Amino acid sequence: MNVPENLRYATSHEWILVEGDTGTVGITDHAQAELTDIVFAEPPAIGKTVKAGDIAAVVESVKAASDIYSPVSGEVVARNEAIEADPSLLNTDPFGAGWIFKIRLANPADLESLQDAAAYRAQIGG
Amino acid sequence: MRTPLHDQHLAAGGRIVEFAGWEMPVQYTGILQEHKAVRESCGVFDISHMGEFFVEGPGATAWLDSLLTNNLTSVPVGQAQYSLLLNERGGVIDDLIAYRLAEEKYLLIVNAAKIDEDAAWLKKHAAPGVTFTDRSSEFAALAIQGPKAAEVFKKLFHRPMPAERNRVHEMPVGQASRLPSFTATTGYTGENGFEWIVPASEATAAWQAALAAGATPCGLGARDTLRLEMCYPLNGSDLSPDRTPLEAGLGFFCDLKKPAFLGRDALLAQKQHSILPHKLCALRVTDKSPPIRSHYRVFVNGEPVTETTSGALSPSLGYGIALAYLPPAYCDLGQEVQIEVRDRRFRAEVVKKPFLKKP
Repeated sequence: MNVPENLRYATSHEWILVEGDTGTVGITDHAQAELTDIVFAEPPAIGKTVKAGDIAAVVESVKAASDIYSPVSGEVVARNEAIEADPSLLNTDPFGAGWIFKIRLANPADLESLQDAAAYRAQIGG
Repeated sequence: MRTPLHDQHLAAGGRIVEFAGWEMPVQYTGILQEHKAVRESCGVFDISHMGEFFVEGPGATAWLDSLLTNNLTSVPVGQAQYSLLLNERGGVIDDLIAYRLAEEKYLLIVNAAKIDEDAAWLKKHAAPGVTFTDRSSEFAALAIQGPKAAEVFKKLFHRPMPAERNRVHEMPVGQASRLPSFTATTGYTGENGFEWIVPASEATAAWQAALAAGATPCGLGARDTLRLEMCYPLNGSDLSPDRTPLEAGLGFFCDLKKPAFLGRDALLAQKQHSILPHKLCALRVTDKSPPIRSHYRVFVNGEPVTETTSGALSPSLGYGIALAYLPPAYCDLGQEVQIEVRDRRFRAEVVKKPFLKKP
């Protein structure tokens, strides 16, 4: 299972890539494999403010709907419309073209409560 | 409970879920891929969780005809017939397939969740001279479905698959069992294919033979999307003890000309008033929406009128599909409704069944 070193991870299986004051959020390779064929994705609206742990998006597989939580607090500044058109990007490229939203961090200290790759790898048993 | 094929499911990468008290594979490689395999090639499903009842003895036909909605007297030996078991109110206890094995001998294939209830019901209405035996644990079953199912049949049995639907054959099995195996050209996918009832001891050999003959392992997830595209009802979701087969659109399988069967009076009363309280309608979602699932609320002109009994994003058609019992005023083709998903409503319309039109 792919767990890139340069990301931070929430225990609820989201990743965040931080560049400056902005983070890009998606779900992990492990999460997409567990969810199986994703057929619907709804990224959050631009301008929406969320707290760390809030529901920010929904993805649905053939069998079930899953909430996606924001790993940090902040304001949504971009949403990936490509995954609305082609939700399977979440399966095929979860760390790349399958990103879900970008968020301007309200509190960079949020990152400290997230896991590094080694800790997340241990969490998923791989 | 586990079917005799549990280890085979694990070996094939099956993702196991609970269904009607059974540990069953919901998928192996992916529901969409397995759905496609059945529509374009051939898939094999473990349906060993389903029940097998044997009914025999003088009067077996008359007895079953007094309990089931369809007409077995009219079915030749070697044919299968879809039928329903009703309560006194005309509500559905179960839907099943009856194989006529001999003049007065039948094999009934019933839903996994209803084995005990069906058996209790049949025993309660026992008739002298007719023996009823629940042999569900002695048999496993495979559904082999798809445009290439006939090729798989030929490889398995070295004879052509019957071209007609509902053909039943007794087939030889391996040395390990003294029990027979049966094939029937029946299914729950809308594709050509057959169901193969084998002794539990032969299940692994049968499964492996089906895979070797080119069938792709398919789980309950694809089974559900395949059947919903064809508007085949799922008991417990689309059928219930509070809804009659007429309401479910299954009048074709109810022979009201038979002098008597359990539940007939209730159906006749509905027929005579020629108005049903609800009808199971096919809904096509016209907005782009999340996948529709069961128990989503359905609105007409802003008023909640019912809820969905089944729903999915159709893998073959690419849009949302659902079934729901609607009041007769809203059952006309083209009727617009809205289906609520997480506090948002998406437009849908009543369409002709089935969703997927086969050429």
